[in-house]
Amino acid sequence: MTDTNQHSASFVRTETIPERAPPVTASGPVKWVRENLFATPANSVLTIIALYFIYLLLAGSLPWLLNGVWTTSSLSECREVLGGAVGACFSVLTERLNQLLFGFQYPSELYWRPALALVLLFVAGAPVLFFDLPRKLLIFTALYPFIAYYLIWGGALGVPVLALVGCVAGYLVYSRFVAGSFAKGFFGGIAAALIVWNLGGLLIPENANDTAMMTAVPSRDLGGFMLNMMLGVTCVSLSVPLGIVLALGRQSSMPLIKWICVIFIEFIRGVPLITLLFVASVMLAYFFPPESTVDLFLRVVIMITMFSSAYIAEVIRGGLAALPKGQYEGADSLGLDYAQATRLIILPQALKISIPGIVNVAVGLFKDTTLVSVISMFDLVGMIRGPILASTDWAGVYWELYGFAALLFFVVCYGISQYSQWLERRLATDHR
Amino acid sequence: MTIMTDPPRESFRLSMLLNDTRYRSITFQAIALLALIVAIAYLANNLFTNLAAQGLNISYGFLGDPAGYDINQRLIEYDSQSSNARAALVGILNTLLVAFLACIMATVFGVIAGVLRLSNNWLVSKLMSFYVEIFRNIPVLIWIIIIFTIMTAVMPAPRAFRGDEPEATMLLGAFAFTNRGIYIPAPIWGPGSMVVVATFIASVVGVFAYRRYAKNLLYQTGRLLPMGWPSLAIFFVPTIVMFFIMGRPIGLDIPELGGFNFRGGIQIGAPLIALWFALSIYTGAFIAENVRAGIQAVSKGQTEAASALGLHPGRVMNLVVLPQALRVIIPPLISHYLNITKNSSLAIAVGYADITATLGGITLNQTGRAIECVLLLMLFYLVISLSISAIMNVYNKTVTLKER
Repeated sequence: MTDTNQHSASFVRTETIPERAPPVTASGPVKWVRENLFATPANSVLTIIALYFIYLLLAGSLPWLLNGVWTTSSLSECREVLGGAVGACFSVLTERLNQLLFGFQYPSELYWRPALALVLLFVAGAPVLFFDLPRKLLIFTALYPFIAYYLIWGGALGVPVLALVGCVAGYLVYSRFVAGSFAKGFFGGIAAALIVWNLGGLLIPENANDTAMMTAVPSRDLGGFMLNMMLGVTCVSLSVPLGIVLALGRQSSMPLIKWICVIFIEFIRGVPLITLLFVASVMLAYFFPPESTVDLFLRVVIMITMFSSAYIAEVIRGGLAALPKGQYEGADSLGLDYAQATRLIILPQALKISIPGIVNVAVGLFKDTTLVSVISMFDLVGMIRGPILASTDWAGVYWELYGFAALLFFVVCYGISQYSQWLERRLATDHR
Repeated sequence: MTIMTDPPRESFRLSMLLNDTRYRSITFQAIALLALIVAIAYLANNLFTNLAAQGLNISYGFLGDPAGYDINQRLIEYDSQSSNARAALVGILNTLLVAFLACIMATVFGVIAGVLRLSNNWLVSKLMSFYVEIFRNIPVLIWIIIIFTIMTAVMPAPRAFRGDEPEATMLLGAFAFTNRGIYIPAPIWGPGSMVVVATFIASVVGVFAYRRYAKNLLYQTGRLLPMGWPSLAIFFVPTIVMFFIMGRPIGLDIPELGGFNFRGGIQIGAPLIALWFALSIYTGAFIAENVRAGIQAVSKGQTEAASALGLHPGRVMNLVVLPQALRVIIPPLISHYLNITKNSSLAIAVGYADITATLGGITLNQTGRAIECVLLLMLFYLVISLSISAIMNVYNKTVTLKER
């Protein structure tokens, strides 16, 4: 029986069927759409609402964007070219780009100086941001503040050089004595720097700025997006060390120091930045000696630095609190004193934990630099609201200008936050 | 045999102030105190020298003087002859108003966006991350100005509503969106309207009482009362019934076009709307991230275990996920509420008369009392900040994990 079956049953296949593609509904884009867009009835409704929303957004903005005019010299000309059609007048950007970026008072033949300073900022920032780069590059980072100062403000070469010499002298004294006692090295370094600055100050002649190689530019001539960048970079880099000191002070076992730090931090965090900027613009001048004239830029830098250092202090406090207790105990059992333990064991780890938080504070601070337009400094927003929209040529060009400002800030802030996320992933690998 | 002897007691030497841990902290604190006193004395000395040189003094007498300026948006009676202190009070109330409104709306935006960002729907979740990234990475000042510009430059002027063939019409015949702000109907409180209001308050209390009763019943007997429709019924029915019993005492004052502007109704000025909307949508993006993080922090096993017990998805969310997520969400939410309150000081950029614009803006410029005004301003914000965090911390305590 079986034998006959084997040979007579012609319907049994002897070769395999060629593979066939799965049905369209079980693979490829159709499956993806079904699973991700139309999984349930409620989901489908959401998708349709979202699609309609996207349609509205694109229908409103695309004709305006694509029909943009780039080469006219005033809004009325723009309107003539467009002839009643919907379209953006991007000419304002091409015509006023320099003002938007550098302010309206910075001498136009000197634009290369802040531009070069910006390029060098990336070179100086790279070894700090990406720690795979050779450590030798940090030397340039240390020199950068002096170079940038000289490039942007110009004036006598002696001033940044003297500042640099003072810092080098302070560092030499610090590294000579720090092995003995941290306090001796630290205060000795500060004293050495102060002595060099005071003695050197006598050497720089009174009218050095007038005969300088690089034309001096007063601070009040700074403006545009450059001002936002300068305030952001300066204040963040100054407030990180200050924030570390405040955070350590808040964790200190000495009640007096602890309470000074707590009151400072809570006070600064409790008031809006605008009131601090008011302090900078109308009040701070009263607290300086009568004969000194501290310019507005410096006063604003002081207040914004105080503001962000309080926030950074809280972030670092979180980092300090997140360190396992064993680290503190381990440092103590090695016989390290407070300064050594903090410098060699506690801070490196605590800072590593708090880097993402510090970057977030930096992004927030950078956005907050637009607030200086409220105290009539002409930063990017101040330029748009003030000189540009008030000019007869461009009154009424809102969308293009604010869109441009929003785009600039978005690019910078989104870039920084992506960096912060990369850093978080990068740091997460080695201690988990 | 050796005899251990105490080391000879050292007499106090000056170097022990720096080297001996027993004395060192006292030394440092003394130095810090000294430095603080010197710094404060130096600053105060400069201040008084400068003030004396300019013939000024510190005095708060200006608060009683007539302010001499008008404020459009106000919650209490005020005219230009009122005192500067009254102007400041108007500003304080305006600050609190916009902060309160923005906190509520930001929470709504944030919760919706945060939940939708976790949606299975690819398009919706991408759209929400787009919203979050766009709004988080552009300064709030720019958002406030952009929305203010939309309000003032794009919306029709009141005269566009005039004529037989008007360019703009009122929404539902009662709401007018103009470049001066939004006009909405105002309630007219007729005789007996207080009874209706009292009924409404009583029914709100009733809803809470019912929910508490249902919860206790659930915990004690395991019997589950329906929550949704009875709450709604208690909320609406008595008030509506009472409204008709009392003969419809509450009417609506619908804004009407008269002269160059709308009359009647309530005007919500363009600056208030710009500030309110911008603050809520900006902070909403931050809250969305916290909500998402909070929901993701609840481990998946909790959801699965709850489903395994046979709870349906809504109840899983309400009884298992949300109570645990709230613990993660609330602390950052507190600081966002604080940020809204502090960011409302940006009102000065669009001319909304909050405390920064009245006391710190016009009053300061008119009287020249910079130090007094700025100090009062800071004091106000400090009080607000401290009280918000105190209130929210109390709430935070009630939802924290109860551990033994």
